[in-house]
Amino acid sequence: MRHVVLGTAVGRAEGPEKVTGAARYAGDHAPAGCAHAWPVAATVPRGRVTAVDAAAALALPGVLAVLTPHNAPRLGPSDDPTLQVLQDAGVPHRGWYVALAVAETPEAARAAASAVVVTYEAAGHDVGFRADHPGAYTPEEANGGHPAHREHGDPDAALAAAAVRVDCSYAVAPLHNHPMEPHAATALWDEAGGHLTVYDSSQGSGPVRAALASLFGLPEDRVTVVSEHVGGGFGCKGTPRPHVVLAVMAARHTGRPVTLALPRRHLPAVVGHRAPTLHRVRLGARSDGTLTALTHEVTTHTSRVREFVEQAAVPGRVMYAVPDSRTTHRVVALDVPTPSWMRAPGEAPGMYALESAMDELADALGIDPVELRVRNEPATEPDSGRPFSSRHLVECLREGADRFGWASLRTPRREGTVLCGTGVAAATYPVLISPSTARAHALADGRFHVEVNATDIGTGARTVLAQVAADALGVPLDAVTVAVGHTGLPSASLAGGSSGTGSWGWAVHDACAALTARMAGRHGPLPGGGLSASADTAGSAGQKSPYSRHAFGAHFADVRVDTVTGEVRVARLLGVFAAGRILNPVTARSQFVGAMVMGVGMALTEHSSVDPVHGDFAESDLASYHVPVHADVPDIEAHWIDEHDKHLNPMGSKGIGEIGIVGTAAAIGNAFRHATGRRLRSLPLTPDRVLDVLA
Amino acid sequence: MADGSDPRPDPGAGAVPPGPGGAAAPPASRVTLKVNGTEHDLRLDHRVTLLDALRGHLLLTGAKKGCDHGQCGACTVLADGRRVNSCLLLAVTQDGADITTVEGLGSTAGDLHPLQRAFLERDAFQCGFCTPGQLCSAVGAIAEAAAGHPSHATGADALTDPGPVTLTAEEVRERMSGNLCRCGAYPRIVDAVRDVTA
Ligand code: FES
Ligand code: FES
Repeated sequence: MRHVVLGTAVGRAEGPEKVTGAARYAGDHAPAGCAHAWPVAATVPRGRVTAVDAAAALALPGVLAVLTPHNAPRLGPSDDPTLQVLQDAGVPHRGWYVALAVAETPEAARAAASAVVVTYEAAGHDVGFRADHPGAYTPEEANGGHPAHREHGDPDAALAAAAVRVDCSYAVAPLHNHPMEPHAATALWDEAGGHLTVYDSSQGSGPVRAALASLFGLPEDRVTVVSEHVGGGFGCKGTPRPHVVLAVMAARHTGRPVTLALPRRHLPAVVGHRAPTLHRVRLGARSDGTLTALTHEVTTHTSRVREFVEQAAVPGRVMYAVPDSRTTHRVVALDVPTPSWMRAPGEAPGMYALESAMDELADALGIDPVELRVRNEPATEPDSGRPFSSRHLVECLREGADRFGWASLRTPRREGTVLCGTGVAAATYPVLISPSTARAHALADGRFHVEVNATDIGTGARTVLAQVAADALGVPLDAVTVAVGHTGLPSASLAGGSSGTGSWGWAVHDACAALTARMAGRHGPLPGGGLSASADTAGSAGQKSPYSRHAFGAHFADVRVDTVTGEVRVARLLGVFAAGRILNPVTARSQFVGAMVMGVGMALTEHSSVDPVHGDFAESDLASYHVPVHADVPDIEAHWIDEHDKHLNPMGSKGIGEIGIVGTAAAIGNAFRHATGRRLRSLPLTPDRVLDVLA
Repeated sequence: MADGSDPRPDPGAGAVPPGPGGAAAPPASRVTLKVNGTEHDLRLDHRVTLLDALRGHLLLTGAKKGCDHGQCGACTVLADGRRVNSCLLLAVTQDGADITTVEGLGSTAGDLHPLQRAFLERDAFQCGFCTPGQLCSAVGAIAEAAAGHPSHATGADALTDPGPVTLTAEEVRERMSGNLCRCGAYPRIVDAVRDVTA
């Protein structure tokens, strides 16, 4: 009998541990004799540490050590310069770590950190981001290895000749990931055995191990990194962050296990942020809505420590059939913290701008916004000319419009002092895949055990990988256990870029298929140790596809604008996605809906700003940086269409963790415009801006 | 655990020893906490929060530290039946209090609290980091509504009625808004809470 487990609604494997508090996160480990560390952040926007006086801190009871740029152990090389903590006196931005207090208790560590006296030689700083900053330059590449600049035909001439044009500028403020679990690490250095064990809050323990081995001069097999349960990441735990380096330093320096849990307020300066983006989008079209020209010019910031360029103009290379186009990025390096990945880097802010501009074009043409998008559906990927492995954007738009009741909601309404309107936006996210390895065991008792160093940051990876395994083995789900989150397991890619399930699942599938083949050739009972098979997808998943592979989606929003208070509320939000085969409808829905919730934050409440004088993020904690709360979030619907795509991986799946955020902000912004007749081109749509534009 | 069962070597069950320069140990007091039905006599540094007492001294790590500043709700536990942000309370002020943490709601598959079961059935979480706080907060919120406490979402006529408040979706959203979930499990959390109150 064939057991159907792939595509069925299965509850989370680790659910019982999470609802009882038994699930252990990095900061929940309390090894015997564990000490606590508390970092000291620079209080000047740029300069040099001239002295660190730790005497008062060291005199406090329970204090074990104060590490400074002068006495901290020297580190080996790292690809990422933000990991070179306490290595020199330079302060590249406010919030950069300049010392670390280690003590018997968290209370003593915090007291010691505040007793450390750091003197600086301050230098002039520049944190003022603007599109015409003289330091702005065109980089080689944007994040993800995308060329920074692409041009087809003569977009300027095509714009000049277009019957209808829009030329609009949009702005997205810096955003913070703020996973509910602040970054934490517990490090144990076994001096006698020469082995380092680290529990880290990370999206990939493999890259953490590689970085720590290099930084601390250890062979990789002397380093174990465990990321069993991770309290969210959304990109900011994608690669190792400074906390884990500091925890290991402290453990080696004191000879004690050390836990370091970052204070929430430190996160914005040290774990990465979504860089602010300024967008100029120009669209040219014929009067029937056919696009003839598109330019999307993005300016963003990076730090002087490391270049990171939010690839926000990239979606314009995929979305619509336009013969003449320019998509380009400029970046200015400032004395700011280093930006990094935040859920759908590039697509989230880029599609906000592009899909807002499409709405403006629909307005200018008097064409229904759903229809305008349908009319510009490309036959092949506009930038590369490659065929799409599958593309069902039109189906998403049509089904979404049906389910939402789009046609009946196209007249803006007024209910007393509240204006009501609806908006739509498209979404896209690339299919990314990385080689991974996995091992499958058939146990003598008839059960199966699968090992893969995947990371479950809340996506449901354990659960869906068990489904993939059971499906490939042709056995019931409860015959399979899966181990993830430990560098002792077969190495696998990190949880990022919506690539996890496709990448890990491919290796798990192949290992299970190999095991099935081995078992098929056997008669009689298994040997006492069972049978095993391994797989490495370097040759298959690592290959470049001849297809352009993307998930697509359509978002519909119904919003209410209070003309007295300026408050914008989302009454309904609906998304339809075409993301290959959905392997587990329960966990998939949670991911789509969860990302749409983050999109509500991006649209309505989340923004950060760099203080021009002090050089830090003014909104650095959860009281000032407003992530959505229960009361901000209506019932959200996520649907998907059946998509069969043979050009992806053995499961036929596309990534689903990020696309849910991509079209949300534009759909809400477009609904705001529909409700009020006014357009706001800066996110978020906060009451101050709303009242201004309505005045 | 102050009775010697604390698995960690004794820095005085949390009291800090004198500093190397002979600095006086910080003030500490004996505190009795009844946690999930078990009484614990602790000697605690006055700076220790209820959250750190639970996590660091009693090794009940279910309650989470999301902000340490009363901004996220991840540390929510019940103190004498009322939901509190345990990061905002100094443990010494809770002497004699009866504390319930997520571990005390139900800790094995067989004895799960109905809300824990509803969270599982509804997939009302992803990473799970906010979940212990959401669960304790929901237990508290349900009790508050049953006791007739109004919220911002409570209609005007219900304000004069001392009876229980019906937990509509609006009520649940309003009352649970102190518990952030960055994974965005809110709609399913609301469903789960309403499942047990319907
Ligand atoms: S940890 Fe207590 S409210 Fe955030
Ligand atoms: S489940 Fe991750 S923060 Fe709520």
